[in-house]
Amino acid sequence: MPVLTLTGNYAVAHAVKLARVKVIAAYPITPQTTIVEKLSEMVEKGELDAKMIRVESEHSALAAVYGAASAGARAFTATSSHGLLYMHEVLWWAAGSRIPLVMAVVTRAIGPPWNIHVDHQDVMDQRDTGWIIAVAQENQEVLDLTLQAFRISEDPRVYLPVIVALDGFILSHTTAPVEVPEQREVDEWLPPRRQPYVIAPETSIVMGNIAPDEEYYMMRLSMQKAMGEAKRVAEEVDAEYGKVFGRSYGGLVECHRCEDADYYIVITGSWAGDAKEAADRVREQAGVRVGVARVRYIRPWPHERLREILGNAKGVIVFDRAVSFGAKGQLFTDTAASLYDYKVSMRGVIAGLGGVDVPAEDMIPVIMDFVEKVEEQGFVYEPSYWLLPPKYR
Amino acid sequence: MKGDPPVSSGAHRVRPPRFVVLNPPGRMAYWVQATVLTELRFHGRGGQGAVTAANLLAAAAVLEGKYAQAFPHFGAERRGAPVVAFARVSDRPIERHSQIRNPDVVVVLDPALVELVDVTAGLKPGGVVVINAPRRPSGLRADRVVCVDATRIARELGLVVAGWPVVNTGILGALARATGIVSLDFVVKAIQAQWPGKTGELNAEAARRAYEEAGEC
Repeated sequence: MPVLTLTGNYAVAHAVKLARVKVIAAYPITPQTTIVEKLSEMVEKGELDAKMIRVESEHSALAAVYGAASAGARAFTATSSHGLLYMHEVLWWAAGSRIPLVMAVVTRAIGPPWNIHVDHQDVMDQRDTGWIIAVAQENQEVLDLTLQAFRISEDPRVYLPVIVALDGFILSHTTAPVEVPEQREVDEWLPPRRQPYVIAPETSIVMGNIAPDEEYYMMRLSMQKAMGEAKRVAEEVDAEYGKVFGRSYGGLVECHRCEDADYYIVITGSWAGDAKEAADRVREQAGVRVGVARVRYIRPWPHERLREILGNAKGVIVFDRAVSFGAKGQLFTDTAASLYDYKVSMRGVIAGLGGVDVPAEDMIPVIMDFVEKVEEQGFVYEPSYWLLPPKYR
Repeated sequence: MKGDPPVSSGAHRVRPPRFVVLNPPGRMAYWVQATVLTELRFHGRGGQGAVTAANLLAAAAVLEGKYAQAFPHFGAERRGAPVVAFARVSDRPIERHSQIRNPDVVVVLDPALVELVDVTAGLKPGGVVVINAPRRPSGLRADRVVCVDATRIARELGLVVAGWPVVNTGILGALARATGIVSLDFVVKAIQAQWPGKTGELNAEAARRAYEEAGEC
């Protein structure tokens, strides 16, 4: 397998090509644009046999690939930030119709004020749509997750669309080594597309018509059940992928030094790498045993996995790069709900909004301050701890 | 329950581990211990190829079997204006994704930038500046400065695009010589992979000449 030096966006494009996607539609938005630029280049050069559909908006982009996917084509789109918000309605159409589909979301802050840098507000805003949402930490994982996403989405136990989220600029525009699998290996590993039904001229199917309330309710229940199945499928697919390609990531949650940890950081996305560095340094220099539970799937929420990992924790510190105004960080809320019957100290840190840089040295004081407080007071619950940008501290 | 205080405290700051710097031996290469993470910042002007230089460095390091990252400054850029780009090189996978505040190495593509930008801002003690200049600019203060006249080398080779001498490939030769974080062979391979054919060969020759000519200044 060749190792290429690729941006996160190009890693997505390579995965889409390897998955032999047949239809692509997208509308440009920073920092997503270079994914579709690369794909159209691949189509133009004849390296990828796919139809590129030019559209006038993100709403239309997702509608176009939703239509193509309903007709049986493996389809793909990508967007960011305001583009994703503009798509929001169609996200519900795709998930509610149980149409397998994969979309890359290059995470970016939402305006106003205008900001093109990374945070997770855009993707967090899609949690309730019925899409599976996976988040990568590295460019290699971006490629691997994108391939896995097709397999998960098209699994008959699931039949739900999947978002693969990668952090804007931090991954999307940063080059790093990426091992690109051979086409032959991917062809063997990724089965032909499956989906619950196909719209075709010779068949009669009604989509999106009015359903009796009771049927509507039951269809919602089936989505919830499929999300439950998706947890098992995502773990299976990750493990199998590891056997074939030599890389797997721990399924729904990746654990860093969890074996003996007393304190845990819960986090998602690229800055989990910085959190691991912070945990290592705190261990080495302060002797506090800190582990990192990196949430790889924010939907379906890895409730059981996190309960296993965090069950014996003295304290859990959650880093959110988004906020639900008037409530808390979204990861914090879900983590706290999973630990409802555990008497565990928690702090929810809101940081890095709008791309504010949060290196390990900025995480360490917040972790140490929390640890010290827990050791002194026994129980701490601070759901909304805003780690201000350096110039405002 | 207390409210939601916007707190931040620096009271328990833990000192980061010190970067390991070996005393420069008689020769220039292997100044940096090869097993640690090296962080670099590139200064250039929009259009000079600072981002490409950072990407090529990362590609060269990856070809050599190392791990690397390269990224632009995430903002609007325009031709002629001062720009920066960043890179990391390590023997181990790099999980750090924050910005580079304290580089080990600074690369400067245009000596006139020294008057405009604080190019040594945050440079670690013992850090090195590799600059495209025939001699050290008077305003440049750093423990170690390595100069190479990449502009002259580019002109000699006829490497001029739209009136601008191509200096970003040459400077990588000097960087290889000054720091040893990548070897010249792999810089050349990365350049040839980026531009197959004559363009790649000319740029590779610029890197070779810069490697030979680079010197402490």
